[in-house]
Amino acid sequence: MPVQYISGFTVVLEVLSRFWPVWIALVIVMGTSFAYKKKLALYGQLFDSGVGIVGVGICLFWLFTAIFAATISPFDPLAQIPIMKDVLPGAVEPQSGLTYLFGGDKLARDVFSRMVYGSQIVLIIAPAATGFALMVGITLGLPAGYYGGKIDTVLSFLANLVLAFPVILLFYLLVTPGIMDTPIPYGMAGVFFLFPIIFFSVLFWTRYKNRPDRLYILLGITLILGGWIYLGLVFDRDPLHIVHIDPNQLNIFVAVVFASSPGVFRIVRGLVMDIKTRDYVAAAQTRGESPWYIMLWEILPNARGPLIVDACLRIGYTTILLGTLGYFGLGLAPESPDWGTAIKDASRLLRSFIHPALPPTIALMSFVLGLNLLADSLREQSMKD
Amino acid sequence: MLSFVIRRLGTMALTMLCLTMVVFFLINLEPNLKKLAISQTEMHTSAEQLESWLVNHGYRQNFFVRYGQWLGLVPKQPVTDPATGKPAQRFSFCNDPLVSTFSGVLEGDFGCSTKFKATVASKLFPALGATGILMFWVLAVMVPISLLIGILAGMREGSRTDRVLSVASIASTATPEYVSGVIFTVIFASWLGWLNGSAASASQGITFYNFTLPVMTLAIYGIGYIARMTRASMVEVMTQQYIRTARLKGLSFGSVVVKHALRNALIAPFTVIMLQFPWLLTGVVIVEVMFRYQGFGYTLVEAAGNNDIDLLLGCSLVSVFIVLITQLISDVGYAFLNPRIRVQ
Repeated sequence: MPVQYISGFTVVLEVLSRFWPVWIALVIVMGTSFAYKKKLALYGQLFDSGVGIVGVGICLFWLFTAIFAATISPFDPLAQIPIMKDVLPGAVEPQSGLTYLFGGDKLARDVFSRMVYGSQIVLIIAPAATGFALMVGITLGLPAGYYGGKIDTVLSFLANLVLAFPVILLFYLLVTPGIMDTPIPYGMAGVFFLFPIIFFSVLFWTRYKNRPDRLYILLGITLILGGWIYLGLVFDRDPLHIVHIDPNQLNIFVAVVFASSPGVFRIVRGLVMDIKTRDYVAAAQTRGESPWYIMLWEILPNARGPLIVDACLRIGYTTILLGTLGYFGLGLAPESPDWGTAIKDASRLLRSFIHPALPPTIALMSFVLGLNLLADSLREQSMKD
Repeated sequence: MLSFVIRRLGTMALTMLCLTMVVFFLINLEPNLKKLAISQTEMHTSAEQLESWLVNHGYRQNFFVRYGQWLGLVPKQPVTDPATGKPAQRFSFCNDPLVSTFSGVLEGDFGCSTKFKATVASKLFPALGATGILMFWVLAVMVPISLLIGILAGMREGSRTDRVLSVASIASTATPEYVSGVIFTVIFASWLGWLNGSAASASQGITFYNFTLPVMTLAIYGIGYIARMTRASMVEVMTQQYIRTARLKGLSFGSVVVKHALRNALIAPFTVIMLQFPWLLTGVVIVEVMFRYQGFGYTLVEAAGNNDIDLLLGCSLVSVFIVLITQLISDVGYAFLNPRIRVQ
């Protein structure tokens, strides 16, 4: 039985209508943000420029796509329907009557559904890894910049050591299947995931030292929540079985955090060295505040502008790194629908079929572009102040 | 200046020592050695045979001894042939000496490639040459285009040209090589048929037909970044007092830009271009794999994929060296170009 096709125009309409939950959510969020932009501080200012609106729009689009992936995609991203092997865009699957909107790949899976589900992987790992890298970079960068001297020399040397590693080589060494048999990834995860707990504990301790009623609650929340996630992520021993991560995903996660935290460290260190000469820091020193209070509550809030911009760029860069990993088939499962793996699979067959290659490439490019536009307009806005 | 360079070279040597040690450790992890032994022996070998292969080829010596041997600070011992008890070569295809000698990286011996069955030097240096050609063309395309874009955009800040070029350069930084490579191949090779989607034939002879796509793909990612840095630096220079003075003297806008602004605006991009090399390295690996060009990146992937210990060590050494030397050149060059720093 030959496969039926629908016309190109219908494909476009169908694609647009499949994204209906995204459009509704986008309209609600963008509409409310635009209406209340005066009250939303830095985020509201983004809506003053075209570039900012486009950036926010693209990022939110992919965010909602990841959230509503199950509703949007017509097929299971891993399901193979043999008759649909290498079909062109717009082919109708005879049994369910649904359409392979962007065609089928060489394993007869729906390219459209894979692209939609791929966004989930990217939007979970990239921001989370960037968050951990920020925690590590800030926790180490603050003392390096503030104290200077030996601690700075040692930490900077270590950071330069990691930065001198070509990223690709680092990944080939750290994200191999063999390394999962050694304790290295778990050890590194154990160290990296400790940083957020340390960071928040010190943050609350320095602020509420003299107010035990608040301090104990906040510290308790940090330690219980942090310890719970820590147990789940590093040892996979979550007593409630909610927090769980695949060993190879943990490996990728650790490698990405390892590769990007020295960059954060350098930026934080530079910012701290600049800010610590300001008058309000001198005032806090005269008041007799502890060094960590000054670092976390005087310096860090004043360094937030450049750090937010850097975080946006870094999420984009992490997305590119994840794609690189997928492209070289490192870490992620071979059937995983993430964009990098999809690009790798499709680019080998470009001579015969081009349609499986385009959706993941355009998806990845647009998401990174959205983040870069967002970062650019954030930078412009913060320069105006 | 001289003491600065010497101190930097010292740090560089220390960094390289630390990094090669880390790489050496990671490559020689137990699972990697197992995989190497399995790939080097016949299909169905028992665990004891694998172990004896590793022992016979010297992979079971102390870690520091082996690292010292690779470095050339500890003499390399020939292995003993288990059948005859006489000293034998570790790998017959490399002409290892039969007596104990100092023969490591410091003496110029990079070791044996188990995947290609040849010495590492005979594999690595031609590959580096091939990549050098690619890099030359990439830089020849990337640097002039990105400088031009940056200067045109930064010349009149906030103008329409500026906005269009800025968004274009943001877009190009959002396009990693594996994305632009696929898109260019689809457009120029599959659709228009103008260019060849594979650069495998480029090792015989480089033509416009087989070499444009890899060069274009590699250049596009860097162009945006360098252009943005050039723009920022140009914008800063254009607000300086001496530019206003030159304009008020009655010089034309073009000659102010070319004679007064350009020289100072190009200091920052120089650093950026030098620091772009480490990024290009990752790009080279992707592009060479994608277009099947037999250069350094291709060799690195082959070495990593096949657990070729010595070849991968050689590749790491080269790439770490490139990263560090470009950092050094950028620092020294910056001090050299900027008179304000030179005086201090």
